[in-house]
Amino acid sequence: MRALDRKLLRDFRRLWAQALAIALVLACGVAILLTTYGMYGALEDTRTAYYQRNRFADVFADANRAPQSLLQDILAIDGVRAAQTRVVEHVILDIPGRVETVTGRILSLPDDGIAQLNLPLLRQGRMPDSTRPDEVAVNEPFATANNLRPGDTFSANLDGRKRELTLTGTLLSPEFIYTIGPGALMPDNKSFGILWMPQEAVAAAFDMEGAFNNVTLKLDPTANEEEVIDRLDDLLDVYGGLGAYGRDIQTSNSFIDAEIEQQRTGSMILPPIFYGVSAFLLSMVIGRIIALERSEIGLLKAVGYSDIEICLHYLLLASLIAVVGILIGWGVGTWLSRAVARMYAQFFDFPYLVYRVSYDAYAISGLLAILSAAIGASKSALGAARIAPAVAMSPPAPPRFNRSLLDKALTALHLSQPTMMILRSLVRWPVRSALTTLGLSLAAAVLVASSFFSDALDVLMDTTFQQANRQDAILIFSPDIPETALASVANLPGVLRAEGQQMHAAVLRHGHLEKDVAIEARRPGADLSRIVDGTGQIADAPADGILLSERLAMQLAAQPGDVIQVELKGGRNETHDIAVSGIVTQYFGLGAYMDLESLNRLLRQAPRISTANLLIDETQLPALHRVLKETPELSGLSMLNQALDSFRQTIRKNITIMTTIYLVIAVLVTFGVAYNGARIQLSERARELASLRILGFTRAEVSFILMGETMLLAVLAQPLGWLLGAGIASALSKGSSSDLYAIPLILESSGFARASLVVLGAALISSLIVRRRLDRLDLIQVMKTRE
Amino acid sequence: MPETVFRTEGVTKIYATGEQKVHALAGVDLELFAGELVVLLGPSGSGKSTLLNILGGLDHATDGRVWFRDLELTRLGDRGLTKYRRDHVGFVFQFYNLVPSLTARENVQLVTDVAVNPMRPEEALDQVGLANRMDHFPAEMSGGEQQRVAIARAIAKRPEVLLCDEPTGALDSKTGVQVLEALQDINQRLGTTTAVITHNASIRKMARRVIYFQDGRIAKIEMNDHQIAPSEISW
Repeated sequence: MRALDRKLLRDFRRLWAQALAIALVLACGVAILLTTYGMYGALEDTRTAYYQRNRFADVFADANRAPQSLLQDILAIDGVRAAQTRVVEHVILDIPGRVETVTGRILSLPDDGIAQLNLPLLRQGRMPDSTRPDEVAVNEPFATANNLRPGDTFSANLDGRKRELTLTGTLLSPEFIYTIGPGALMPDNKSFGILWMPQEAVAAAFDMEGAFNNVTLKLDPTANEEEVIDRLDDLLDVYGGLGAYGRDIQTSNSFIDAEIEQQRTGSMILPPIFYGVSAFLLSMVIGRIIALERSEIGLLKAVGYSDIEICLHYLLLASLIAVVGILIGWGVGTWLSRAVARMYAQFFDFPYLVYRVSYDAYAISGLLAILSAAIGASKSALGAARIAPAVAMSPPAPPRFNRSLLDKALTALHLSQPTMMILRSLVRWPVRSALTTLGLSLAAAVLVASSFFSDALDVLMDTTFQQANRQDAILIFSPDIPETALASVANLPGVLRAEGQQMHAAVLRHGHLEKDVAIEARRPGADLSRIVDGTGQIADAPADGILLSERLAMQLAAQPGDVIQVELKGGRNETHDIAVSGIVTQYFGLGAYMDLESLNRLLRQAPRISTANLLIDETQLPALHRVLKETPELSGLSMLNQALDSFRQTIRKNITIMTTIYLVIAVLVTFGVAYNGARIQLSERARELASLRILGFTRAEVSFILMGETMLLAVLAQPLGWLLGAGIASALSKGSSSDLYAIPLILESSGFARASLVVLGAALISSLIVRRRLDRLDLIQVMKTRE
Repeated sequence: MPETVFRTEGVTKIYATGEQKVHALAGVDLELFAGELVVLLGPSGSGKSTLLNILGGLDHATDGRVWFRDLELTRLGDRGLTKYRRDHVGFVFQFYNLVPSLTARENVQLVTDVAVNPMRPEEALDQVGLANRMDHFPAEMSGGEQQRVAIARAIAKRPEVLLCDEPTGALDSKTGVQVLEALQDINQRLGTTTAVITHNASIRKMARRVIYFQDGRIAKIEMNDHQIAPSEISW
């Protein structure tokens, strides 16, 4: 081994504590990049593979009832490669041993048993026999949640007729990777399932022979999706078409889109912070080493080492530190991405997870780490290369201290000499002081950003469930029932209060912008499901206008007072001009609200309702479920409380994991910055501090100078950290906002305080560790050493 | 007449610090001959170190010309000077400039790694009487031993010239003499042209030629017919 390489390894070993502190910061960046990028890739790849293998459709449309003969016209649309018509209905199920009513979505399977599109994947048992009208298959998560196995039976209320069904197998489908029931805000596999049943049996049960109410299309790669959607809408309009849509609005797919987007945002925001901080730390440490080794550099040059060899020597030292960071980061990242992948596999119903070890992710995270290390060290290393050998041999000129205005101000304050020393040093190295402050503030920022998630979720849950949706349960009717029927709902056992609500598919247009939504209409004064406006007040939709949720209004670029066109789908498809009467806060979905009376006036019908919101006496629940299971008009039921509890638990668990990770990260960054800063100060000031000790200063007084600077910078870093944290939180909030949900930007003072306490605490511990070195300083040895 | 190793013509060196200009060398004409041991004597700031740096290719002259045999150093760029240093020159400095994280042997190896035809590090250390201290780190050695490691490091590449800048400057008389003995021994046995800079007048007695420096110029050149052994020198 060359002697220079041996020097490299020994220097590295001597610097192990500082090197490790930097390597850990870098490892955070590498691990997070690897995890988010890896997950991003895994989600994308898995979804793509699943969609391809199981021929997930490109365009989806529902209608009331269209003749089977229309299929030829649909296939004739330019760009349509394949089309699959189905009958899709909602049913009430009675699972043996379960008191609660369960709702299901029934999908017809072609009689030959082979679906052309959205191929379900058999997981257990067999597909239903098309000649047996009582056989069904269900989605696997539903079977698992309800402990159902092939051969088990349960009864279903099919269009008012109670039927005994036999389970033949469990399936997974690319249409239902994320399964959410009607009216529900979160998945609940126990209470909502997907049922596949032979076409003939479904058609017979729902009086849909020779007809369909759902069609999905596969397009040519070159097809223009928007045009196909328009043509399909034209064909379906007369049959009560509810508006065709692409994958972007398909529920399951759009949830995965949102998740992938969140992963992408994550990989964009956090890793650069770590790479940046470690580049700064390396520049500080390598800079100091080069200053200390000035005469050695002169010697190396004198004996004939070239500038490039010397520059590379220090770059290699930085790279070696980076390599440690990369290895730790790869190790943690590999473990973490697998753990997160498992979490996703639980959350989403993928039949498999394509977790290819992405060599790209490893390469990119590693290369970026080496690159940031090299960038950090480059200024000093180039300086070492550039310095003339004769100059390097002579001691550096003492730093120039000029009396500036600041000094006059400091003198006027009559500060003690140690305090002056601290302040002068800050001013003397302004860039280093600024970057140290920035590094510490980033640690605080990461913590502020992480507490934001927790606080935001509290507000989101409070607004959505305590203020807006206060009902215990939602009954779903399909088709809509007359509002007058609400009286009999109110008479059901255990129902304390019942309020009706209508959901109607519509296209909203404003200028060239348009959006497919479901308009929610209710009576003024509804108390169970309420609209919360921008100021937190409860609002009612006015008789002659429409209220839009914030994100919907933004997408349509609509302001209060603007008139938008509302095309009411599913019937006459008439378009009406309606004024936007206000903007309301809403975190789930893209809500548009109208008065029940006025919506039905536009539909030219007596008021009808699609759902009933219920307040329930818990003790009467079994009796209520008994009746509901026998109610033919009912097509769905969503029990909010149960779902809410399990959702809350899942989210809490995830947030606790996230917060812990962020906490570790912040402590590592603080430690990296504060420890290295203090070590470098000690190295620069050893003589100075030793002189003070010899002059009679106590250990405490001397360590005040050393720790004072680090702690002062840490305190100065706090306001900046809060600001940056708020910025990151705002970026995260924006980044995770989609059509499905929005995470509000909530910043509580407790979050800021916690962040600062952690960072200041970690900085204090770091400088105390360095203080121990100061205590052990050999005064005589230090004074003898040539600077 | 022995072969000329170094020749300079009107070498000047001006350092500009801020608005002040310092003439470190103000026109030096000089010849050094193969195999001689010459002492450059003068007070601090007289320009002797500056001249040594220019001869050794560590620094550029502001004006004038310098040759090493037929190679004109003043025409070389940084790359050329690096190669020149690597192939021809050995340096010994006042503060030894050893790498503290490397042992004696490894400090010598630092040079043998990049030299064309070096001796083994062990051989070089043996030459300066440190055969039994090879695996010691600088911190474990006395000042005289450290300086002898530096000499071993300088001679290990079998340089044609050995340039020593105050090699005894940081040493007491007794250890300083050991270092001078090592230098003289190398000069006599290997025939390496050796230039020793010092402000210590007693050392001049061991050299055949003594060049006196004053204010950036050569004040006089003295021939010494009665050289004495380093062991007879003390200060």
